[in-house]
Amino acid sequence: MRFLYAAYIATWIIHLSYAGILLRRYDRLKNEAAELEK
Amino acid sequence: MKRAFPILAVLILAFLGYTAYEALVVAPTEQTMGNVQRIFYYHVPSAWTAFLLFLINFVASIVYLIRRNPAADMIALVSAEVGVVFCTVVLVTGPLWARPVWGIWWTWDVRLTSTLVLWLIYLSYLMLRRFSTSGQTPVLAAALAIFGALDVPLVYFSIRIFRTQHPQPVIGGGGSIDPRMLHVLLINWAAFLGLATLFCWARYRLEYMRREIEETQALEALLEPRGSR
Repeated sequence: MRFLYAAYIATWIIHLSYAGILLRRYDRLKNEAAELEK
Repeated sequence: MKRAFPILAVLILAFLGYTAYEALVVAPTEQTMGNVQRIFYYHVPSAWTAFLLFLINFVASIVYLIRRNPAADMIALVSAEVGVVFCTVVLVTGPLWARPVWGIWWTWDVRLTSTLVLWLIYLSYLMLRRFSTSGQTPVLAAALAIFGALDVPLVYFSIRIFRTQHPQPVIGGGGSIDPRMLHVLLINWAAFLGLATLFCWARYRLEYMRREIEETQALEALLEPRGSR
């Protein structure tokens, strides 16, 4: 069972990490856009 | 459109929760491998999703090379990036399934090696796009994507052509699968396709935003009076 859970947890860690990367990029771009508007 | 994304995200996350429950609890236990076979419901749909995304990348790259359409270039970039995410899942869940079933984490057989090569090709594609400063980067990347896509049929058909450690396909390969298992497999694939759509949508919007900011910055630099620097 530990291999099964490890595979499912690893899948979700990969997906959540990518979602986190997208959110961080969004924050950075939003800040850059705000800087430009100034 | 702004409200559609969070609504779709919630719906897809709920669906992913449901399909995980189906995979872990509802699907029948396989007789030979036992519960560890349930990795199948994440491993196979992730591979199919990655293949589909690399196919989209291939088509978009050809369209870009022919028409020089920036939207095609953005679609190519987005599909490659999300495809690499799903291919990473395949490469991580595969060894976690192989260890208890085969007794080894990895073997250099054609299916496994060609999948690793596929992942490396698209990783190099993303690195080229990220670090190259040449104005020809989209063209070079599109050419690389076309060569990279040649590996997709090799990965897919390798288990039919060569003798490999990897099991034969259960669908369309002469094997049989319990209809309840097939149902769980397909709904998990639908859920992963939904997640891939969400990722692609968000990534496309980010890329669009990045290009707009870069264009504005370039325009500002042009309009700036010469003595002001």
